[in-house]
Amino acid sequence: MTPTHYLVLSALLFGIGAVGVLVRRNAIVVFMCVELMLNAVNLSLVTFSRMHGNLDGVIMAFFVMVVAAAEVVVGLAIIMSIFRSRRSSSVDDANLLKF
Amino acid sequence: MSTLSAAAVAAAGGGAGGEQIAFWILAPIALAGAIGMVMSKGAVHSALWLVLTMLSLGCFYIIQEAEFLGFVQIIVYTGAIMMLFLFVLMLTGRDAGDSVIEVLRGQRVWALVIGIGLVGLVVTGLLRALGATSSVGLGEVLAARGAIGSIAAVLFTDYLFPFELTSALLITAAVGAMVLAHVERAPGEKRSQRQRVAERMRSDRMSPLPGPGVFATSSSNATPALLPDGSIAPGSVSRLVEIEESERVARRYAAGEALAELEGVDHPSRGPGNQADDATQTPDYDTYEVTDVPTTKGAAR
Amino acid sequence: MTTAPEGFEPVTTATGISASAWLLIALPLAGAIILLLGGRRLDKVGHWLGCATVVVAFVIGVMTFMQVHGLADDARVMDSTLYSWIPVGSLQVDFGLRIDPLSLTFVLLITGVGSLIHIYSIGYMSHDPDRRKFFAYLNLFVAAMLLLVLGNSFVTLYFGWEGVGLASYLLIGWYTDRPSAATAAKKAFIMNRVGDVGLSLAIFLMFKEMGTTSFTGVFDRIGDLAQTSPGSVTTIALLLLLGACGKSGQFPLQAWLPDAMEGPTPVSALIHAATMVTAGVYLIARSSPIFDLTADGRLVVAIIGALTLLIGCVAGCAKDDIKKVLAYSTVSQIGYMFLAVGLGAGVYALGIMHLLAHGFFKAGLFLGAGSIMHAMNDDVDMRRFGGLARRMPITFVTMACGYLAIIGFPFFSGWFTKDPIIEAAFAAGGTKGALLGGAALLGAGLTAFYMTRLMIMTFFGDARWKELKSTDGRDYHPHEASSVMTIPMIVLAVGSVGAGWFLSSHERLAEWLTPSVGTFVEPDPAIGKTVITIATLVLMVLGVLVAYLAVGRRPVPVRAPEHVNPVIRFARADVGGNALNETLIARPGTWLGRTLVFTDVKGVDGAVNGIAATLGGLSGRWRRWQNGFVRSYALSMLAGTLVLTLALVLVRFA
Repeated sequence: MTPTHYLVLSALLFGIGAVGVLVRRNAIVVFMCVELMLNAVNLSLVTFSRMHGNLDGVIMAFFVMVVAAAEVVVGLAIIMSIFRSRRSSSVDDANLLKF
Repeated sequence: MSTLSAAAVAAAGGGAGGEQIAFWILAPIALAGAIGMVMSKGAVHSALWLVLTMLSLGCFYIIQEAEFLGFVQIIVYTGAIMMLFLFVLMLTGRDAGDSVIEVLRGQRVWALVIGIGLVGLVVTGLLRALGATSSVGLGEVLAARGAIGSIAAVLFTDYLFPFELTSALLITAAVGAMVLAHVERAPGEKRSQRQRVAERMRSDRMSPLPGPGVFATSSSNATPALLPDGSIAPGSVSRLVEIEESERVARRYAAGEALAELEGVDHPSRGPGNQADDATQTPDYDTYEVTDVPTTKGAAR
Repeated sequence: MTTAPEGFEPVTTATGISASAWLLIALPLAGAIILLLGGRRLDKVGHWLGCATVVVAFVIGVMTFMQVHGLADDARVMDSTLYSWIPVGSLQVDFGLRIDPLSLTFVLLITGVGSLIHIYSIGYMSHDPDRRKFFAYLNLFVAAMLLLVLGNSFVTLYFGWEGVGLASYLLIGWYTDRPSAATAAKKAFIMNRVGDVGLSLAIFLMFKEMGTTSFTGVFDRIGDLAQTSPGSVTTIALLLLLGACGKSGQFPLQAWLPDAMEGPTPVSALIHAATMVTAGVYLIARSSPIFDLTADGRLVVAIIGALTLLIGCVAGCAKDDIKKVLAYSTVSQIGYMFLAVGLGAGVYALGIMHLLAHGFFKAGLFLGAGSIMHAMNDDVDMRRFGGLARRMPITFVTMACGYLAIIGFPFFSGWFTKDPIIEAAFAAGGTKGALLGGAALLGAGLTAFYMTRLMIMTFFGDARWKELKSTDGRDYHPHEASSVMTIPMIVLAVGSVGAGWFLSSHERLAEWLTPSVGTFVEPDPAIGKTVITIATLVLMVLGVLVAYLAVGRRPVPVRAPEHVNPVIRFARADVGGNALNETLIARPGTWLGRTLVFTDVKGVDGAVNGIAATLGGLSGRWRRWQNGFVRSYALSMLAGTLVLTLALVLVRFA
């Protein structure tokens, strides 16, 4: 397939992830949508790497994965500690920064 | 076959036949997974849809000749990270899902519109920019040292510094997670009974929770405590138990049939001499229906 | 030495005592400053210091006069430059003094009559705890007036002009516990201001056309200006006339002078009889080179003079307040002076002569009125007087001298000074001459009428005050004034009697003033001088007779009758002067003020507050976007990303 197909797919996945971040209220599900966006970007990186014929994209995707792992670890720990003190994991609960 | 594949290739516009087939099967699956994740009601369902998407992405990587990355995707991303998600979901309550009512006016509509717009723009840009290019392929690059060796060569020479930084990042993340998740309770801080009683007096519910139903009538964990009017007392059964189970037990008790539970197969009262007619006495664990009551029961009890 | 315009003497630098002419101004000014800054410590000696400065100034004036009198005719006009005052680019104004016959005449009048009135004030203001401050203001006035007449450029004259306006305001409003006094002071100052605008516009025009404002400069170049643009010369003349009308209380700016009687009587005598109100006449006489070149300007001056003359006479006939009658009399007599200086080249001296004589007899009349007020518990209503001749003989005799002088009784001052003006009016020729002369004659008759009425009501007839009490409840005990008050009155009476003869015999004054105002031309009326003299006498006798018939035979009612004919009502209402000001100026002014306030409050404030309110309202509405929900913020972020991507795509591919 031409790279365009993969890139279009990657864009679609990214968009779906973005919409998911905006629409879902459970903090963990929002986090998962962010993971989806990262994965979409990974796909585009690999496609570009293949397109250009060098490994830079693959390596970058690799690093993205590692960093995403670290991020997930810390993020979930945060969500858990929030949940412990509030008994609710809804994103809408943090709404004090308003007029 | 080859003509077919060649024709398919020509029709689909480039790429080997197998790749095309794989793409056109996996791409909808990935999309379905993504959409399913966004739209499903329960959090665990969302996680599982995401797993599906990630697996198909892993396949994509393999198709695109980045095999190492594909496997890393499946093993690390899907296997470890998603499982981590599921663990946390377990700890925070899987039923803490979203209600259907949207609090913000127009959020869903606008999110959809802007999402579609953004995707459309990016796709337009990509098509205009890269519509005519084709891939060179990773075959050459990976030929020198093989799939893993080439990656290692680049990783440990050109990208050594980011590599080291990333390792530092991982360590920091691990330590940070431990710190965040740690519940610090100093040794002397365990609450004494006096403190617990005081806290309970101040909380929502002062009286003890109703105990579950008398186990003499049933050995089920779902046995509820009944209020005077025959309804189930809230808080007397664990939330993890299905409510229908408790209702069934309550109904049977009300029908006066709970005693039959004691006539279970392994119950000590049921010895060889006490055996009733198996055919009629064996409780049907699927339906829990017992048709008649043996009359000799009164003495054995 | 500059070449003088035709008919004028060259200007030389001052020498001798004339070089110390600045002392004339500096001494009273120093007196004023010391008395004001000295405070209560100087209360015991304040009045003596105040008198001393003016008396010394008088002595210096006399010495300067002697010196100038001894000089040759063509060396009598001197300039004494003190310092460079306003050196700004092309506007170079030096602070200097002009010592010449005209200014010296005025110096003598001001310091002479001024010293007498200062001495009088020692007695008149003896009951006032702020007497020292009174003398300070009087000194300030004298200093400013001397600066006015001694200045050698129009700007210096204007400096003194403003100074006398200020002093007049301070002194009219002397009784700070009377709102009427404050209002009168304000009215005087504001109406003076209107005139001052005219004077300043004239100065601006002079500078624009001729590039200089000093007397020598202007008088040198005015001839050329008349050739190139006679219109601007007439404009300058008319603007100068406006300034003079404001200061001298001529039509249309005469309404402030009767109200100025709110001030103490010495103030009325000095400022509003002898000196400040004559500043207008001085201005026109000084600007004689300008007025010589514009016949239209002179005509307007003469008409204003004649009109004011009649207004003053008519109003003075119907007033019961003794000071107001004398005030209107002043207005009318200055009308005579304006008529004289408006009649043109050659007869300026007549106006100055009448001015000097008027200074004597009007000041004397005012001081006498002050003495009467003192005796009658500060009451001014003539209807409550009567039969005071026996009680206050000295006052009676001095006032009688002034009375005879003002009505033009033969061989008293007025006879020598007023008649020539009437002759000069008739000598102007044609309808103009007839009308002006007729007005002057009529004025003479009316003057006789109201002055006789005043004398009869005050000094003759029944002693109406015996049955009355004054407004503060006390009985009347009329008594003669102390000698510190009567001596100045006697001196002025002597002047009233003899000044006219002295000044006009052998045309002394006219010759003396020639270097300043030009050669004196004896007026030659077509109908002959004897006819005019007889006509004047007849009218005078007629006036006296009518007054006697109206007031002298029947007892004077204590309350003014209310049902009077329209003429008297018109005269009582200040001959429409106040009504005119009210309609033309006061009401439009108030309306304009109110409109501007409305515009400011609704328009300007509305715009400013409206902007603030709009901003407040907008911000009140828009702050609701910050609802605290992370998801809506994320939506905004995504929208921003969309916009950026759109821009990128457009730029790259469009």
